[in-house]
Amino acid sequence: MPRKQRRVVFTVLFRLGTFLALALVLSPAAWLLASVVAKAVPHWRWSVLWTGLTSTGGGLLGPVTGTLILMAGVLVVAGSVGVLAGVHLSEMARPRKNGAEGGTWLRMASDVLSGFPSIVLGYVGYVALVVGLHWGFSLLPAVLILSLMVVPYIAKSTETALRQVPTAYREGAEALGMRTGDTLRKVVLRSAAPGIVTGLLIALAIAGGETAPLLFTAEFSRTLWTGALVHAHGFGYLTYVVYTFWDTPSKQANYLSYDAALILIAMVLLLLVAARLIVARTQRHSESRAR
Amino acid sequence: MTTLEGAAGDTPAAPRRFDRARRPPLRRVADVLRSGETHAWRWGARIAVLLPVAGLLFAVTVLALKAYPAIKVNGSPFFTGSGFKIGSTYAVTVHTAGVAHPKGSFYGAWPLIAGTLQTSAIAVVVALPVSVGCAFALTERLPAIVSRPLGFAIELLAGVPSVVLGLWGVLTFGPWLAKTLYPLLANNLPDVPVLDFFKGTVGHGEGLLTGGLVLSLMIVPIITATTADLFRQVPTLPKEGGEALGMTDFEVAQRVTLRWVRSGIIGATALGLGRALGETMAVVLTVGAIFKVAPNVYSPMSTIAAAIATQLDSALTDGTGFAVASYAELALVLAVISVLVNLAARWVVRRTSHLGGPVGRAA
Repeated sequence: MPRKQRRVVFTVLFRLGTFLALALVLSPAAWLLASVVAKAVPHWRWSVLWTGLTSTGGGLLGPVTGTLILMAGVLVVAGSVGVLAGVHLSEMARPRKNGAEGGTWLRMASDVLSGFPSIVLGYVGYVALVVGLHWGFSLLPAVLILSLMVVPYIAKSTETALRQVPTAYREGAEALGMRTGDTLRKVVLRSAAPGIVTGLLIALAIAGGETAPLLFTAEFSRTLWTGALVHAHGFGYLTYVVYTFWDTPSKQANYLSYDAALILIAMVLLLLVAARLIVARTQRHSESRAR
Repeated sequence: MTTLEGAAGDTPAAPRRFDRARRPPLRRVADVLRSGETHAWRWGARIAVLLPVAGLLFAVTVLALKAYPAIKVNGSPFFTGSGFKIGSTYAVTVHTAGVAHPKGSFYGAWPLIAGTLQTSAIAVVVALPVSVGCAFALTERLPAIVSRPLGFAIELLAGVPSVVLGLWGVLTFGPWLAKTLYPLLANNLPDVPVLDFFKGTVGHGEGLLTGGLVLSLMIVPIITATTADLFRQVPTLPKEGGEALGMTDFEVAQRVTLRWVRSGIIGATALGLGRALGETMAVVLTVGAIFKVAPNVYSPMSTIAAAIATQLDSALTDGTGFAVASYAELALVLAVISVLVNLAARWVVRRTSHLGGPVGRAA
């Protein structure tokens, strides 16, 4: 083939290829959404949201509240630890003597932790907390292990958000004689709040959709949460329903599995859209919009 | 006598109202609290940053301690042998190297290790070109008004819980593949090495290839987002220069853009690989969970993560605790593999996130 023709062919193939790639990703994504909706909606009844599970069917009140409680627990534990860790990495870690950035080892540990497979963390939770400390399958080990999983993410997004606060803000605060605490609360954290909240929302979406670390720390329970942090006999949550109920003989239970998948997707979408809206809003109001 | 007070030249007394000792008690308490606030922030942040590190050390220590007896007994056959046999839990327990375990227990994780590598390899091989194509479409080919919502849609795909993806894989996607794509591949591919792995009976859609494809769908958003970010950082000038020299957009993409961000893409791919190696739920549901090395890409098999998720219950029936120890060893192997891949990826991404040109590094 002559050179000119070859160039034309390659270019056309390239253009087609990029769109084909996009279609290859978006069509399964749309198909996934459509198939979950198609499986759940025909049998959907709103009462799944306020009736409890029975041995063959019932509703998803327990798992739905369970997932919300888990997310609240993660928000408290991982949220506070992660945001403070981010503050440390961005505001307090001293630079090294050779001028390099401080906190290198801490960041490295954070990277290792976020590379840790979630099922392995779940196994550690089972061995050390559920069996080792005799806590049994219950809320506390589940929240701790989930938190350990998402803390690196929250710390990282907090650090990034804090670093985008202009240094002039801090210098101005210092020039006015503000104390470190006031500067952090009133100036730095307030300007970084949208970024931090976005990170928290995404972390919550991750935590709510997670199954593997919960299998051996919370296991499952058909009953409602009794309020016990430890020494419970399992703790119900949505992802477990999706994981196990679809191949049980009971038709009702199968439907519950699809319903749970639909509720999960709706929850995650809500969180991610909220995060996106916050980002869009702050971008509109920030000075550095033009790039 | 008293009229002279306050005469000119006299320095007025310092305003005593602000003297610390004269403040009202409540105000003083608030003051102590406020001056303690700085310390509270400092120490709080210091402790908070150490907590995850402590958690990580705790996890590694627990794994290592728990796995140690198993490592001692299982030895190297753990990596080459095949089959997890708890042994006879009713017979007398025997002792090897001082470790109690049931008679006839044998642990060889080769099929699981191979399975983990195979599914991840398929995922990466499929996801990499697709992701790079997507990133090109999003950053270079489409107007912002189209590419922004599409980019968000891909972001949402990353947020879909893996168990939901697995459910779709086993109920819808897998069976569809077994009916359409798999027979096409199995019947038409030539019988040469590598490709003959695609020959054989196609089954019902639970197996290696289905798992790998579902995994690839999970890691495409990761690689696409990172690659698109990299593409946006490539300066416009060299690209325009390429076009001014008469390059087509394919040639600009190939010779300027891709070359500019090559190592960044490698890092992004390794990040996706790390995610694929450790993924559990989507794999458990779609690979069929059978403990053997897959003879072809359609056959059911299992990975380390899937095996831990499904088999720990039965490991509890071993009264000597040796089965649980062996699963700890398995978990340790998985952790080491994926942590190494992740660290390498992050190192590459961090090193290349400040872009230099393809020709030397900009100062």
